[in-house]
Amino acid sequence: MNRKKLIELRGITKSFDGEVVLDNISLDIYEDEFITLLGPSGCGKTTTLRIIGGFETPDSGDVIFDGARINDTPPYKRHINTVFQRYALFPHLNVYENIAFGLRVARIRDEEEISRRVREMLEMVNLKGFERRHVTTLSGGQQQRVAIARALINKPRVLLLDEPLGALDLKLRKDMQNELKSMQKRTGITFIYVTHDQEEALSMSDTVVVMNNGSIMQIGTPTDIYNEPKNAYVADFIGESNIVDGVMIDDYSVKMSGHTFVCVDAGFGKNTPVDVVVRPEDVDVVAPESGMLRGKVTSVTFKGVHYEVIVDIGGFKWMIQTTDYVAPDAEIGVDIEPDAIHIMNKSEYSGMFGDYSSFSDELDALSENTEEEED
Amino acid sequence: MKKSFIERAAAYPHIVWSVLFIIAPLIFVVYYTFTDADGAFTTENVERMFTSNYVLIFINSVCLALIATVICLLIAYPLAYIFSRMKEKWQRIMILLIMIPLWMNFLITTYSWMTILEDTGIINSILSLFGLSAHMINTPGAVVIGMVFCFLPYMILPIYTVMSGIDERLLEASADLGCSGWQRLTKVVMPMSLSGVISGITMVFVPSISTFYISQKLGGGTFQLIGDTIESYFVGTAINYHFGAALSLVLMILILISMAIMNHYTDSEQAERRRIK
Amino acid sequence: MKILSRLYLILVFIFLYAPIAVMVLISFNSSESTTQFSGFSLYWYREMLRDSATLEALRNTLVLSISSAVVSTVVGTLAAVGIDRMRNRFMRGAVMSVTNIPMMNPDIVTGISLMLLFVFVGTLLGLESYLSFWTLLIAHVTFNLPYVILSVLPKLKQMDKNIPEAALDLGCTPLRSFFKVELPFIMPGVVTGFIMAFTLSFDDFVISNFTSGSSFETLTIHIYSMIKKSVKPDIYALSTLIFAAVLLLLVVYNMSDRSERDDARGKKRRELRFRGKEGGAAK
Repeated sequence: MNRKKLIELRGITKSFDGEVVLDNISLDIYEDEFITLLGPSGCGKTTTLRIIGGFETPDSGDVIFDGARINDTPPYKRHINTVFQRYALFPHLNVYENIAFGLRVARIRDEEEISRRVREMLEMVNLKGFERRHVTTLSGGQQQRVAIARALINKPRVLLLDEPLGALDLKLRKDMQNELKSMQKRTGITFIYVTHDQEEALSMSDTVVVMNNGSIMQIGTPTDIYNEPKNAYVADFIGESNIVDGVMIDDYSVKMSGHTFVCVDAGFGKNTPVDVVVRPEDVDVVAPESGMLRGKVTSVTFKGVHYEVIVDIGGFKWMIQTTDYVAPDAEIGVDIEPDAIHIMNKSEYSGMFGDYSSFSDELDALSENTEEEED
Repeated sequence: MKKSFIERAAAYPHIVWSVLFIIAPLIFVVYYTFTDADGAFTTENVERMFTSNYVLIFINSVCLALIATVICLLIAYPLAYIFSRMKEKWQRIMILLIMIPLWMNFLITTYSWMTILEDTGIINSILSLFGLSAHMINTPGAVVIGMVFCFLPYMILPIYTVMSGIDERLLEASADLGCSGWQRLTKVVMPMSLSGVISGITMVFVPSISTFYISQKLGGGTFQLIGDTIESYFVGTAINYHFGAALSLVLMILILISMAIMNHYTDSEQAERRRIK
Repeated sequence: MKILSRLYLILVFIFLYAPIAVMVLISFNSSESTTQFSGFSLYWYREMLRDSATLEALRNTLVLSISSAVVSTVVGTLAAVGIDRMRNRFMRGAVMSVTNIPMMNPDIVTGISLMLLFVFVGTLLGLESYLSFWTLLIAHVTFNLPYVILSVLPKLKQMDKNIPEAALDLGCTPLRSFFKVELPFIMPGVVTGFIMAFTLSFDDFVISNFTSGSSFETLTIHIYSMIKKSVKPDIYALSTLIFAAVLLLLVVYNMSDRSERDDARGKKRRELRFRGKEGGAAK
């Protein structure tokens, strides 16, 4: 594919009050791309977006837009528009005037043209007939649409979206995801999307950038990121995963939990310690005596489409998703196919993730909340 | 983003203004306190305050202001509580009714009180129907009535603001946990309304202690308060800026000390509450 | 309990409104007495309107309170914006503390401190009469400023910081963004500040008493000098008229405030305000 680079970030570093928020980030963004910055609160994704938008100036490094360095270009001179997290609609203006704002600022005097373009936008975001409504009387989803229309009316080259669906309920969020995706396809505008929701990132993006602690962990297509995580952090952040200590015996052969498995990875050398990732849905439950590994079921949770089973295999708690019911405290065997085994080099994140011994949904939610408050 | 020039400079006019017309004048108060008419340094003005009847004037003023403040608190606290439990529409009307007298010129209302309290005034003409009479005008009591009238709204409003902010659910929760009506008042409402009480006390005590027109009109000049004394040295017949400045300085320090004491009291109270938690 | 609290309310309101009722009643008195009501008449209203000194004082007061409200609203709104943007906590705290001084200090101290400044500068410049309209204006702006700042600052705090950024994003320069987006948002606070400044200025006696010269007499100063002599019901007539005007203004202001409060935005804002309070209490 012959793609043209639109934005380049070169070695961007940014700190607030002595605290490093972005640490030497480099990233290429192409024309007509839907790219998502994914990571937990405080990972620097919003700061990256604000640097591209011109609301923050990097301490060092270059922001290059269409070949020109724009570090010191103020936001009002950039061909980039933003959909803000809490929409940031102008409360003193109605829907029509909010959307027309960009045109009026650009001193377009022709009321007919303004009217035509506003209507065009309203049609695109499915808000026909809402012109005279006051923005404070709109629902969250409608406000969201107005924010998008307002940002797109000036025909920017790039649209920045800062967790735009965060405040919507689940059902509406799914609908808006599809709409945003098709909007991007139709307009051909580059979308840079920030979210902490990995499912959202995987389902919408052409490219996903996984960030943590001010650094980029991995850049790739959604399938790459899911199937070939670069390290334990990415593997854990994207979906559920069992991350087990292993030793690469030889090419295509890895030993973990006392059993040697056939795998599809090669090139790690002989007898190299590695992290092994196995997705919970890739583990098959079999009879205890016929399994490659065997263990004891410690908990079973019904999740609708499947059961979530925690199995203690040699002291390591595995998560398994299966459609067959198994009883708690039962002995079971498990099988893992070669292509379900992903090998990763050891990294600073090894041993920090992937064990389900203290797993609890509630705890997860709690820690997420505290992170958000700090943000 | 780098802050624009307007953002950085917006506060400058105000800062310059504050230095010229808030800080500089206070420095002049200190300057005049410690100089004589020729501009030479002297501590005579300060000494004079401790040698004559000025100590008595200070004590008088503090006592009257304290009495007025306590009466205001006693009237305002139950009132604010009653307001805060009303329907919202009624709350708004009540607060408006409390605020309206504030918009009246207090010189006039103080004068009206003369009409009411005089020996031949309204109260006495009512009393005389029963063959009674009471001498009220030109007594400390009349001055206190004037102060309470002028400054009562300043006690009601902050207490009401805090009380109306108390979440109804907290009261329900405390009732649920077995608090009686009285316990709810002492254990939930009172501790939570403390900040309103504190600002109410400050807002009543400060103008009470420094007033001069109320004591002139309702006290009839039979006794002097600090405010009267200070005024007489600036616009009266015996003009003496230096001694007047000294009196004001002491008044200011007196108020600062009482505020500090009150803050200390509330701070330790809060610290204690935190410790209990 | 209910009857008791009703009774209590009625007693307090009688106390608060007795002097006002007396004032209104006496203003219609047909005789010159301020204690005995002898019959209804509009004599004192006519008398008051014929008194050129009173009308002059009223005119002076309006000029002074409008100009001081305008100056303090402009300076105060700008100051609030500047204070809101200050990142340096020490600087911010220092500015706020100084700003609050005229509110915390007794009026009499503010008045005499300004008077001493004017006296000192006046004698330094060798001026014959240093107290004038201008010294009054300075004094009034000084005590109005904290009220304007304190009514605008909360509005700025309520504003989503993304809102001015959205304006920049859509092509506004910072200056245009301020006038097109921020100012409309904080307008209710600015208006409240202006009204407060106007009424405080209109009503002020203590500070004016020390900072006005004989050349420029305000209404309160005029009343004070009249009270010092003998009081005739014409002052009551004047006060009754002012009271009626204030009442009208208050009712209109409250009605407009209420209609705004009843929309969804008002509700949200109240929530925000409450949350802000909680945050403040937690500190």
